[in-house]
Amino acid sequence: MAVSGLALLLIGVIPKRDMTFPITMGTLGALLIGAVLVLGAPDGQAFGGQFISDSFARFAKILILLGAASGLLLALDWNERQGIARFEFPILVLFSTIGMMAMVSASDLITLYMGLELLSLSLYVIAAFDRDNARSAEAGLKYFVLGALASGLYLYGASLTYGFAGSTNFEAIASAVGSQDGPVLGVVVGMTFVVAALAFKISAVPFHMWTPDVYEGAPTPVTAFFASAPKVAAVALLVRVLADPFADLAEQWQGVIWIASLGSMLLGSFAAIRQENIKRLMAYSSIGHIGYALMGLVVATDIGLRGTMFYMAIYLVMNAGVFAVLVSMRRQGRSLERVEDLAGLGRTDPAMAVAMVVFMFSMAGIPPLAGFFSKLYVFLAAVQQGFWVLAVVGVLTSVVGAYYYLRIIKVMYFDAPEGALDPRPAAVSFVLAGAGLFNLLFFLFPAPVVAAAAAAVAALAG
Amino acid sequence: MNAAGFPLLSLLTFLPLAGVVAILTFRGDEATVASNARWTALWTSLIVFVLSLILWARFDPTTAEMQFVERAAWLPDFGVNYHMGVDGISMLFVLLSTLLTPICILASWEAVQTRVREYMIAFLVLETMMVGMFCALDLIIFYVFFEGVLIPMFLIIGVWGGQRRVYAAFKFFLYTLLGSVLMLLAILALWYRAGSTDVATLMQVGVPVSWQYWMFLAFFASFAVKVPMWPVHTWLPDAHVEAPTAGSVILAGVLLKMGGYGFLRFSIPLFPEASQVLAPMMFALSVVAVIYTSLIAFAQEDMKKLIAYSSVAHMGVVTVGLFTFNQQGISGALFTMLAHGVVSGALFLCVGVLYDRVHSREIARYGGVAKIMPAYALVFMLFTMASVALPGTANFPGEFLVIVGAWRSSAWVALGTGMGMILGAAYMLWLYRRVVFSRVSRDEVRGLLDLSPRELAIFAPLIVLTFWMGLYPSSFTQVWEVSVAALVERHEAALAAPRMAGL
Repeated sequence: MAVSGLALLLIGVIPKRDMTFPITMGTLGALLIGAVLVLGAPDGQAFGGQFISDSFARFAKILILLGAASGLLLALDWNERQGIARFEFPILVLFSTIGMMAMVSASDLITLYMGLELLSLSLYVIAAFDRDNARSAEAGLKYFVLGALASGLYLYGASLTYGFAGSTNFEAIASAVGSQDGPVLGVVVGMTFVVAALAFKISAVPFHMWTPDVYEGAPTPVTAFFASAPKVAAVALLVRVLADPFADLAEQWQGVIWIASLGSMLLGSFAAIRQENIKRLMAYSSIGHIGYALMGLVVATDIGLRGTMFYMAIYLVMNAGVFAVLVSMRRQGRSLERVEDLAGLGRTDPAMAVAMVVFMFSMAGIPPLAGFFSKLYVFLAAVQQGFWVLAVVGVLTSVVGAYYYLRIIKVMYFDAPEGALDPRPAAVSFVLAGAGLFNLLFFLFPAPVVAAAAAAVAALAG
Repeated sequence: MNAAGFPLLSLLTFLPLAGVVAILTFRGDEATVASNARWTALWTSLIVFVLSLILWARFDPTTAEMQFVERAAWLPDFGVNYHMGVDGISMLFVLLSTLLTPICILASWEAVQTRVREYMIAFLVLETMMVGMFCALDLIIFYVFFEGVLIPMFLIIGVWGGQRRVYAAFKFFLYTLLGSVLMLLAILALWYRAGSTDVATLMQVGVPVSWQYWMFLAFFASFAVKVPMWPVHTWLPDAHVEAPTAGSVILAGVLLKMGGYGFLRFSIPLFPEASQVLAPMMFALSVVAVIYTSLIAFAQEDMKKLIAYSSVAHMGVVTVGLFTFNQQGISGALFTMLAHGVVSGALFLCVGVLYDRVHSREIARYGGVAKIMPAYALVFMLFTMASVALPGTANFPGEFLVIVGAWRSSAWVALGTGMGMILGAAYMLWLYRRVVFSRVSRDEVRGLLDLSPRELAIFAPLIVLTFWMGLYPSSFTQVWEVSVAALVERHEAALAAPRMAGL
């Protein structure tokens, strides 16, 4: 099993050393080996059907590993300059990554919970990683309290489901749900709680309240990590849970997700307009993006789910790029996070500004950049199944969203500079260039990513 | 099928990007980079123009089929292919784009002194998007290029624009994006229904009448903003006024044509019934645009704004022509679009010449320019006359054909359009009188220099074209005659079919 192999390997990396750098590198290496193992892993189940490895899990895992790696790369230099470089950081990231990978290949509600908690506990700690900073500590605490609530909701939902379906295994639940004539109220309620808990993790409206505060308070690279890998993992998980054990309850959960999707798109786009802090802005933007991704899930067809996974893949890359820029916002050793601090970047650091322009237009969904294609697929799915309200609201909010992305471009190019930013470290440039080129050149070869997402969803349905 | 024997259209589309890559590699101090960027951009766009002349030479005007067709799998799972080709309708628009780009680059030779490298990159990217858009035969590819235009244009207005450039750039971007996303939904719906976004396939499959109205309105939202039609034209004067001269030229010369081209290429053939039923609405909006914006143009103090409003009026004439659904009307609309591309582009360049010297676009600050800059006054007069459709100049055949076509549909529409032409003559001549004639009252005007050789080189091809189009229009109309005839025929057949079924 790929995952257990990875876990053993990681324990080997953990031995305490004083240096952060080798540990980070070791972690990156572990992630890489993990990726290779994931790619090579055969389909199958393990631990008495609690674990499943299929192309869906592989797709999500590769994304998660990618997100974690870029998060680590971004953190490397930032933590050092901020004086919070400790070797625990990469290890915590690693643990959360294991948690996420366990989540996406869970085929049992209990395994899922284990993965979820492993992820969450690591995240609570790294949110508060800048211990001496009140805001960081606040972010960690807030995240913990709300996260614990979500875990409670999840457990309650899972136990209800167990009570009514007689098992926690996905296959058993699916057959139990399918065999009954109508939906059993207990299972529906249980499922709703499970969905609520997962919606908290992906910060879909109305469970989004923690996002802006935590994003703002946590150290920037941590925010970058928050916004990428765990989001992908949780969305993948949601897709698996809803499309696999609860597939026959689609009519019930479609309504719930419909509201979450609509609300997220609206709130994400309108609330972001007036944000001055760029991390808060990105928090609302991520809420909006989750709304679009959920649109594919609402549709609940293969094409819709494919759209969702595809959306998350592209979102992950765009996000890594944007946060690479945010991490390098630093003047005279002090990190900055207001939108205005980007003023004149087009003059002081043209390369980074161009990359940021690419990310912003991509996030706004302007062709020929990658972000356009991700939106294209979810809209296609929605139009196919006649979800016109969602589709129309979706395109209109994307215009609203374009406004605040354009505002960032405006600040960078049209406003007078306030002085150059400090030179950015090589690792950040690397992430920046990688993500930029991906977004820019995606339109040349869209087929492979689409095919991968299609294969992933096919495995889920089959 | 491919007359050129090699992918000419792709070459035309993507060659400017090669220029972009070359410009990106330049190193050195700012002045060297700027000068290298200018020359590279100029040469790239000139080569593209020469290649596009080959396109014209090899073009076969006797068939309505798509020519120079290229196909490649792009998203095979979804039935989206990279499908390019031109017919009589689109071929000359490609030429218009490739002609105006080098002219724009020359026009900003001295006017743009900051961030020259980025400016030239933006223009070359813009050229790629424009040419690609006119060649695209797949709706998704079309949409990609259509929207992609927004990115360089937003930056051109926003970075190198005038005082209120931020407002204008945002307005431009959001207005057009809002219209386009609705079109995107319609494209997706068509895609789902036909399993393909290939225009030819879609035409064969057809669209049920009950869908057509929604689809037409969604496409209308996008193209009407781009044209722009009254009442969604308000972004245009702002964008024109704030954009740098070359930006205005491209905006008026090519981007406005994207709307008219879209109506002709997609809306009318794909939704014939809806087009027919909604034609009175289109006529009403167009005639209102022609008369209303002409009246507004009278009140303008700003030269560029006046010309911008006259553009809206001219485009109103174009939409009247398109929705007459007869050979004369559509032919005239196409001709007007091309002529307007040349003439209004030239008029913006004329304003740019004055602006470069005095840094003001206010009409009141000029007067008596004829005595100081005789050559300039002559050029300006020529294009003013062309703009009011004096016989023998470029606009005349187009507007004449449109009015003939409109007369066949409705005499009132023809009358309204004709009224617009009279008003147009009035405000353009008034503008000319105030700027060029009357006494020299200001010192800053007294010190002006006449046209430089570079500026003459910019105007020369436009002057030649203006006379050529006016005196020998058939060399242009014959290019699209067969395509337009086929389009009209198909339109009438589509309208007749359900009635036959009803019998």
